[in-house]
Amino acid sequence: MSGDAATRQKRSRWALWLPLGLFAAFLLLVFYGLVRPANRDIESAMVGKPLPEFALPQAVPEREGLSKADFATGEPSLLNIFASWCIPCAIEAPQLEQLRQEGVTVNGIAIRDRTEDLNGFLERNGNPFERIGADNVSAVQLGIGSSGVPETFVIDGQGVIRYQHIGMVRDADLPLIRSKLMEAGQ
Amino acid sequence: MIAELGLAALWLAAALAVLQLVAGATAVAGKGKGLSGVVRPVAVVQGLFILLSFLVLIVLFARTDLSVKLVALSSHSAKPFIFKIAGAWGNHEGSMLLWVMVMGLAGAFVALFERRLPERTMLATLAGQAFVSLGFYAFLLASSNPFERLNPAAVEGNGLNPLLQDIGLAFHPPTLYLGYVGLSVAFSFAIGALVTREVGPAFAKAMRPWVLGAWIFLTIGITAGSYWAYYELGWGGWWFWDPVENASLMPWLAATALLHSASVLASRDALRTWTVMLGVVAFSMSMVGTFLVRSGILTSVHAFAVDPERGTFILVLLAIYIGGALTLFGLRATTVAEGKQFNTVSRESALVINNVLLSAILAIVLFGTLYPLVTEAFDTKVSVGPPYFNPVGAIFFFPMLLVLMVGPLLRWRTDSLGRVSKPLIFAGLAVLAAMIALLIKGGAGLLPFIGMALAAGLAIASVLPLRGRNLRRTPLATWGMVVAHLGVAVTLFGMGCETAYKVEKLEAVKVGESTQVGPWQVTLKAVSPVAGPNWTALEAAMGARYGDGPEYTITPQSRNFWTPPQQTAESALLTRWNGQLYAVIGGEADGGRWQLRLWWKPFVTLIWLGGLLIALGGTLALVGRVASDIRRGIARVKIAERKEGMA
Repeated sequence: MSGDAATRQKRSRWALWLPLGLFAAFLLLVFYGLVRPANRDIESAMVGKPLPEFALPQAVPEREGLSKADFATGEPSLLNIFASWCIPCAIEAPQLEQLRQEGVTVNGIAIRDRTEDLNGFLERNGNPFERIGADNVSAVQLGIGSSGVPETFVIDGQGVIRYQHIGMVRDADLPLIRSKLMEAGQ
Repeated sequence: MIAELGLAALWLAAALAVLQLVAGATAVAGKGKGLSGVVRPVAVVQGLFILLSFLVLIVLFARTDLSVKLVALSSHSAKPFIFKIAGAWGNHEGSMLLWVMVMGLAGAFVALFERRLPERTMLATLAGQAFVSLGFYAFLLASSNPFERLNPAAVEGNGLNPLLQDIGLAFHPPTLYLGYVGLSVAFSFAIGALVTREVGPAFAKAMRPWVLGAWIFLTIGITAGSYWAYYELGWGGWWFWDPVENASLMPWLAATALLHSASVLASRDALRTWTVMLGVVAFSMSMVGTFLVRSGILTSVHAFAVDPERGTFILVLLAIYIGGALTLFGLRATTVAEGKQFNTVSRESALVINNVLLSAILAIVLFGTLYPLVTEAFDTKVSVGPPYFNPVGAIFFFPMLLVLMVGPLLRWRTDSLGRVSKPLIFAGLAVLAAMIALLIKGGAGLLPFIGMALAAGLAIASVLPLRGRNLRRTPLATWGMVVAHLGVAVTLFGMGCETAYKVEKLEAVKVGESTQVGPWQVTLKAVSPVAGPNWTALEAAMGARYGDGPEYTITPQSRNFWTPPQQTAESALLTRWNGQLYAVIGGEADGGRWQLRLWWKPFVTLIWLGGLLIALGGTLALVGRVASDIRRGIARVKIAERKEGMA
């Protein structure tokens, strides 16, 4: 019994330092977040691969659903992974709208969303999408190598992923996305 | 001159805080015995000076003294008077001054009235309080002087963010601040108790009113903030799991856990280390929350007062205070004697389970809030929203509700479930009845379904502790517990009902046309321009009729502010006993139509009503505890006088 109590004592002594350890990890994390230079130009493993087979049902009544076949138009297009509950998605909406006005086809996949929430989101932030597929179990999202929202893919006219942009599309990102669209069109 | 007076008072208060820290620390260390006598008076005078400094700032804002930079930047002569006053703390510098002012007053209050703690613990507590204040004094004096002059004086002020020009928001941040500062007092008590290793019922009793007070303000702050977001942002939602909202929720969760564990420590002398730990964590969460909001490190809909440099400063304070406190905890916690033991089935156990589940929910919210930062460190920017928070939180929240039904009925130390099972049958029946009713009505998703059913059970279970009691002799603290737990049930029912049964309608209509939303028929009567002191707006007059009832007029607006130029949607609400009609007017559509957004939200008001009930319960408990403390204090004095008389 006494040996048992001694081990318990030892273990609890170790546990008493756990909060400090967790706090140190938090400090490291936010310190890194504050000082690190913003660099979001990364190579994705899915770039150069064709889209997987998928056919998603429509997410809102005003737009058709989305399937792989919709990308085989011969023209490059954008595929935006978004959700109404995602705040960066609302912030990037004007940039997507601008691309649409420049003549770029933008398709959307709404992740784990509901029609009424989506309607509200599109009403508030505008609707740049040609088609919107509903991906309620994130199956297609994971299949194309996306782990979060928002993400934007450049797809060429044959349905091959040419570029993956992770995070919001900001004004500063537009030239890069335009050039990737140009490359995909050649 | 008056601005200089404020600055002088601020410097003096900071100097007194240094004295309070040095004198307190040396006295605790056993050197300089003579210094121990000055600590309490210094704390009181420090409080008075910082109060003076804050009052000066209020006067400057009330007069719109544009020779002061802060006033010129964040006020405007055309602003309504009440918002001029509120403008004093509606900015970074002013809100920091408010923070140290409340901290200084709290320190003065503790110094004047707290007599239960051993003197050494008391001195360590006041030294700790001064140490925490000093960080904020340094912050104010070094990088955010609220009294800085502008030469030459500005001709006109720069206005205040129109979204923030709202009576609810004018008092929302100070309410949260009072909560945060209350937790800083609890933090100081925890530090004091750790330093002298005197963690016992006296410590818990001294700390408890502050935790209760802080918790009441946090509850009101969160409730008000939720209502503000609901009607001011014009999105019709009441909780977005936004980082700023989470920043206020996390200290509340920690304070709720602390409140309950302090109760166990105060009445049963158990859970010593755990209570001290929570005392540290609760204030840490306030600081972490403030940091996340101010630093702009996370993307939020409430992107105000964001400044990375200030974020770094708060981070440094955070590292010193929290890191220091946790180090002290690691060093001292093993040497704190273990508290009393209790059985598996007892009120202590129920409170321990409640604490563990609350801490789990806290961890979930913290993790979800920080997760975007973690992934960003690996170059992935994501947003975590309701699909994570709702179901994952529910896994721990629903079991907590079950414990909440049983716990208050159990006795301290040891009890049997058989004894309490009979009254609990009523609660079980309420759950069943609610389930059947909801199944017949249909259409509710899983989470709102379980939520509403448990809310019905909890509503019954929460009043069960009153059964068999003489209601007039029931202590106020017990009434407080009953009311607060009932409030949880009310809020939960409102949330479930709104989520399951709200109706939304988006339509472009011409003047004279009608549309139906839920049981309401809404007619657009007219759209006309109106003007306020610093805005112009398009106002829609709508007639709304519930079923065959009388027609009410509501007037949502789309407002344009001119300093700074910004457009906001002023929603119009029509409240009935069974819900709210929520109307927003958008822009003009083609062919003379207007975009209307309408919601019918059944029982949505219960969400905030429940929040107020929770706060009321806390207030009852606080009044009850403080009143009995005062009675006991008077009795002690009388006994001492009698002894003196006999001698």
